[in-house]
Amino acid sequence: MSTLTEAPPLAPVPEKKPPRKRGRLVPYWLLLPGILWLVVFFALPMVYQASTSVQTGSLEEGYKVTWHFATYWDALSEYWPQFLRSLLYAGAATILCLVLGYPLAYLIAFRAGRWRNLIMILVIAPFFTSFLIRTLAWKTILADSGPVVGALNTLHVLDVTSWLGWTSGDRVLATPLAVVCGLTYNFLPFMILPLYTSLERIDVRLHEAAGDLYARPITTFRRVTFPLSMPGVVSGTLLTFIPAAGDYVNADLLGSTDTRMVGNVIQTQFLRILDYPTAAALSFILMAAILAMVTVYIRKSGTEDLV
Amino acid sequence: MEQYEPDRLSSAQVAAMRRSLRNGRASLTRRSMLRASAGGALAVGGMGALSACGIPAAGNTKGGVSAEDHSAEEKTVNFSNWTEYMDLDESEKHHPTLDQFKKRTGITVKYTEDINDNVEFFGKIKPQLAAGQDTGRDIIVLTDWLAARLIRLGWVQKLDASNLPHAYANLSAQFRDPDWDPGRAYSYVFQGISTVIAYNKKALDGEEVKSISDMLDNPKLKGKIGFLSEMRDSIGMTLLDMGKDPANFTADDYDAAVARIQKAVDGGQIRRFTGNDYTSDLSSGDFAACIAWAGDVVQLKADSPDIDFVIPDSGYLTSTDNFLIPNKARHKTNAERLIDYYYEPKPAAELAAYINYVTPVDGVKPELEKIDPDAANNPLIIPDQAMAAKSHAFRSLSSKEETAFEEKFAKLTGA
Repeated sequence: MSTLTEAPPLAPVPEKKPPRKRGRLVPYWLLLPGILWLVVFFALPMVYQASTSVQTGSLEEGYKVTWHFATYWDALSEYWPQFLRSLLYAGAATILCLVLGYPLAYLIAFRAGRWRNLIMILVIAPFFTSFLIRTLAWKTILADSGPVVGALNTLHVLDVTSWLGWTSGDRVLATPLAVVCGLTYNFLPFMILPLYTSLERIDVRLHEAAGDLYARPITTFRRVTFPLSMPGVVSGTLLTFIPAAGDYVNADLLGSTDTRMVGNVIQTQFLRILDYPTAAALSFILMAAILAMVTVYIRKSGTEDLV
Repeated sequence: MEQYEPDRLSSAQVAAMRRSLRNGRASLTRRSMLRASAGGALAVGGMGALSACGIPAAGNTKGGVSAEDHSAEEKTVNFSNWTEYMDLDESEKHHPTLDQFKKRTGITVKYTEDINDNVEFFGKIKPQLAAGQDTGRDIIVLTDWLAARLIRLGWVQKLDASNLPHAYANLSAQFRDPDWDPGRAYSYVFQGISTVIAYNKKALDGEEVKSISDMLDNPKLKGKIGFLSEMRDSIGMTLLDMGKDPANFTADDYDAAVARIQKAVDGGQIRRFTGNDYTSDLSSGDFAACIAWAGDVVQLKADSPDIDFVIPDSGYLTSTDNFLIPNKARHKTNAERLIDYYYEPKPAAELAAYINYVTPVDGVKPELEKIDPDAANNPLIIPDQAMAAKSHAFRSLSSKEETAFEEKFAKLTGA
């Protein structure tokens, strides 16, 4: 996969037909719809947002670009706890998703047999209802007087999580744990699907070959399966972490005052306080932070393919 | 498929292409992604473009900008309202009061339930109104503080009193003269909303809640108290509890109320601040007591015997949802006729019987008695003297105050 020089020699180029001029433009025509889409719905809003972040003013007086970069610093020094919390919660949710999702994806890819399609549907099925409804369902499941919290209390699990600061008292809702669980649940399919695609592509004969070379199952997994599934792991973690870091619905519905994430701050700034520059600056800081982390992550993970 | 000008590529590149073709997909690689994002960053770097887009000042045209009124030739009116805020017949498809309006006037009401949240709806219509464009809506219904902001910004039209005879005659006294729209030049009340304390008997477990102080101070209710994320409701009720008048308070009073709630947040007394979703917390018993809107409580009470409400001795807050006609609306006269229609006792009674909010129309009681005698005697729908005496309004805020207060309140709720 890494050595390019081993490629077979080039097939001789047919000399009779010089490439036609019209054909040359085809790739650009094919790109056009996508590029237009990106310009209108990504690049332009981005420029607009960047502009908003360096404006000052008010609704009555209008907003003017004054290159007021201090907004960035002010926003960061004021709301760094929420930033940190967002990255922390998103990170925790991503790790949980990986731990829960990998075995399931493995099962679907290699062991599910004729149940494969059914399990896949079960993984995707929650997506048939809205994000909001799914999150609200958790409020019923985790209600203080509900069976789940009752069982956790009987088993003294909540004493431990409470001591760790993940929950408070004998409840789960309106605590960090509930928010992380909600994030994990809502983004789990984004982890499972790329993992499955990666795993499914692995030739099972490689497992047999590893066995023939006296590798124990655990070694086979460590040396063969897992490295080959890295593209899935990387894209799965990205697809989970990036939206989770910007999510505000889970923190809003399942959390409390001490679990607010940066998405909530942006929402409040934009809709309630009408401080558009701060909201835009916060969005940019979040974007930059995620971009930086993702860049480092992709470099470190040493995988070339993303899916 | 022919290879694309293969003679210009190095053998390594062709090998890579082949590999990718053999795998049946053009793989997205780390390098191509980094390259693409770098390109994106460069494009954004065109700083010159940034200064081009400011947001213009809100046109301060007092009296609003009217478009040409097409009421006469287009027999229609576009009415945007909140969800579940209009009477429905058994089939749940028709709104009887709107149908009767059409029968009588020949004006078709295009009724849309597209308002879920004041701040979100403001975000939605702001760009059009700020740019002086038609929003496609002839009537919108907004809560008083947002209605005040729209009037302040000059984004709504002055109403023509000659089209509103019933409204003028029947608007009940307590809603006649809000400080943000004296004499109702721009707005008329659609429904009044009472903010009260609701509780779940089961979850209270024998404790008693009669005031905001009971909610904030009883250690047995720790983590079982809910406040509203609407600043005016939560602060207003707390101000009343502290003996202050929400219609006339100072910035210091405000800070004192925030400090009082902050203490309860820090001590874990308040579980969370909610929007409309407090109803599920209250029904499940996760909230033992919370600040609530009376219209919801009437509904919840019908569903569950455990839920009830209490009006604190210190009083309660009344706010209003108001009809407004945005700038450039095409059917202003039709809109005014519809507003006036809802001030006739009969349609007002039909509406009140269905939605359980405070009716702003005098003379509804005899009509409502014919439809639903219980509702007619419910002080939450038609306030009696004792009830009306305890009602307080939250004063209007200047735009500077509003920003400062909302910021402080946002900190309280965790930003």
